Amino acid sequence: MTHAQTSKVIDDLRERIAHLEGSIARKTVVLPFGVAGMDERLPGGGLAYGAVHEFAGGGSGTVDGAAATLFAAGVAARSKGKVLWCLTRPDLFAPALSQAGLHPDRVIFCESDREEDVLASMEEGLSFGGLAAVVGELVRLPMTASRRLQLAAEKTGTMGLVVRRWRRQTEASDFGNPTASTTRWRISVLPSEPLPTAGVGRARWLAELMRVKAGESAEFEIGACDAKGGVCLLPISRDGQDQTSWRGSRAS
Amino acid sequence: MPADQPLVVISRSGAKRWVSAADTAARKVGLRVGMAASKAQAVVANLTMVDADPAADAAALERLAIWALRQYSPVVAVDGTDGVVMDTEGAEHLRGGEEMMISGLVNSLRGRGLTARAAVADTWGAAHALTRLTGAETTVVPARGTTKAVVGLPIHCLRLPPETIQGLRVLGVETVGELSAMPRAPLTLRFGPQVGRRLDQLFGRIAEPIEPLRTPELVGVSKNFQEPIGAAETIAKYLRRLVGELTAKLEERGLGVRRSDLFIYRVDNTRQSIRAGLQKPVRDPARLSKLLCDQIEKVDPGFGIEKMVLVAVMAEPLEERQVASSLIEEQVVDVTPLIDILGNRGQRLYRSTPVASDVPERSVGRIAATADETGVDWGVKWPRPSRMLPRPEEIETMAVLPDQPPVVITWRGKRRRIVRADGPERIFGEWWKRPIEMEAVRDYFVVEDEQGERLWVYRSGDGVDAGTGSHRWFLHGVFG
Repeated sequence: MTHAQTSKVIDDLRERIAHLEGSIARKTVVLPFGVAGMDERLPGGGLAYGAVHEFAGGGSGTVDGAAATLFAAGVAARSKGKVLWCLTRPDLFAPALSQAGLHPDRVIFCESDREEDVLASMEEGLSFGGLAAVVGELVRLPMTASRRLQLAAEKTGTMGLVVRRWRRQTEASDFGNPTASTTRWRISVLPSEPLPTAGVGRARWLAELMRVKAGESAEFEIGACDAKGGVCLLPISRDGQDQTSWRGSRAS
Repeated sequence: MPADQPLVVISRSGAKRWVSAADTAARKVGLRVGMAASKAQAVVANLTMVDADPAADAAALERLAIWALRQYSPVVAVDGTDGVVMDTEGAEHLRGGEEMMISGLVNSLRGRGLTARAAVADTWGAAHALTRLTGAETTVVPARGTTKAVVGLPIHCLRLPPETIQGLRVLGVETVGELSAMPRAPLTLRFGPQVGRRLDQLFGRIAEPIEPLRTPELVGVSKNFQEPIGAAETIAKYLRRLVGELTAKLEERGLGVRRSDLFIYRVDNTRQSIRAGLQKPVRDPARLSKLLCDQIEKVDPGFGIEKMVLVAVMAEPLEERQVASSLIEEQVVDVTPLIDILGNRGQRLYRSTPVASDVPERSVGRIAATADETGVDWGVKWPRPSRMLPRPEEIETMAVLPDQPPVVITWRGKRRRIVRADGPERIFGEWWKRPIEMEAVRDYFVVEDEQGERLWVYRSGDGVDAGTGSHRWFLHGVFG
């Protein structure tokens, strides 16, 4: 079979699968990171709209989720429109969101008493259709719940961002359980950028893309969100004393 | 007129003139309700006397009841000549519980220059008695605690005619407890069935439904059913039909709903209600029925529903508006429908807004989610942590005073060596808020440990003068 024929057959198959999947048939729109090294590892060249993405912290970040929250805020900041932020623990400090590019006028907070209410509010926000992104801070995300969120997001094309935070560091093994999210990320802190003088430079994160639908997992060393929510890819650490230099960055 | 001048209201029945109400100043000088007017004049010279106007009183009480209907609960009625009764079941959590609800009620009435007493109890009778007989401004009787609360009360709280009360007093009955211990049959024979009925209503043995207050200007529609209905789908179907009728009626008058109540009458003569509130006046049937249908699961149909009534309790003028249809301009999405849906489910919705304060925990304010866009930002150039501890936690540190960041910190039992640090960012206390902050100083540092975790710590005090703070160290936030 010639190459042209093969691609024709594949295309035909793709079309039939798309037809079966129904609503997903329409072309997915993505929100690129604007960083070539990261975008080329994601199908479509960025984080898909109309999908649920999960972010968790590593180490003690599993409890406070500080870095994962900022990463999610950066993604939400680069989208256009209002953002619904559903939470149960009101320890989020809004000036930090503003420093990640998310203006206070754009964020509507929805504070609930129970975890289930967060899920319900997220689903309502995703199926509303007029929002840019819906962020939810959750401890548990069972398969059924994540599938509901994913379906609601697919229907309207709103992006769902789930920040996972656990009560204890040992509970974070829950992140190994499968969910219906399109991508799953783990964001851990790295020592900040060295400065020529004393002081703390730009924060750096290790972003592990642990799972992505129709793609391969990857790891990136990135510089934390700037004032517009953008991240940047770092060159492999040249600092010999840097503990993490052995990890390198497979992406760059 | 001065507030300390005694004032009484005089009622007349035939030729008899008597004091029917007295203010605090009048009560202080010994005037009592029920006193003859001439006697009161004899006690106080130049007593200010006002003729009673029962019709105006009743009208004012009804206005008060309508205010309560809009603010508190869908079921409100006038109670006697001097009270308002509300069925607040299912409405108190919106105001932070029963205690908060009635103290808020009494306070807001005081703000309008009215002195009020309020009580929450399981039954109308108990609440009626407790408001009038206990001196306390607010009383909350816990669920199933009615008997204990009312047995000691005198019998004139029972809403019985004065001659019956007089007759019972002649028999030597003084308190509710004594009356309820008496055999029922002779009582009924002598005084009629009302005594037994009032006792049972007081203790909650028989139901006493409150007939909700309605005024002609309230727009409402109702539907009677030939056969009782019970299935959730059927309720939803008729609810949508009612909403359609209501919005058609509102359209005639150019109004939109701000708050609407659905009353559900069951065949066993009990009533339930659902309330939906909206941020802005709305006349869109789809939105209104979505809000009400969301709450159908709260309805217990029991043996069936025989009547449904939908009322627009609060309606405001709603003008049709022309929307500029421009293809170039970016469409601004109105999020009020979503906020209405989430708000009616009891979620707290807000936006944060900058507050002019350097103290970090005071720099964030909350405004309504639907408030106009402010356009202002914090504008701090220093980094701020994404997670803020609810209250600063004390840490153990090793640091060189006055200006150096800590070298080692121990937080929650974990010892961290500090590799990099930034600071200090000095924040002064706000003496205009609390006098104790007159000289207070906090020096904030961004510190980073070996693992790269960035924390926000501060030292209370400037490191030199003990008057500026205790010089202890606290952890206030976690950076990402």
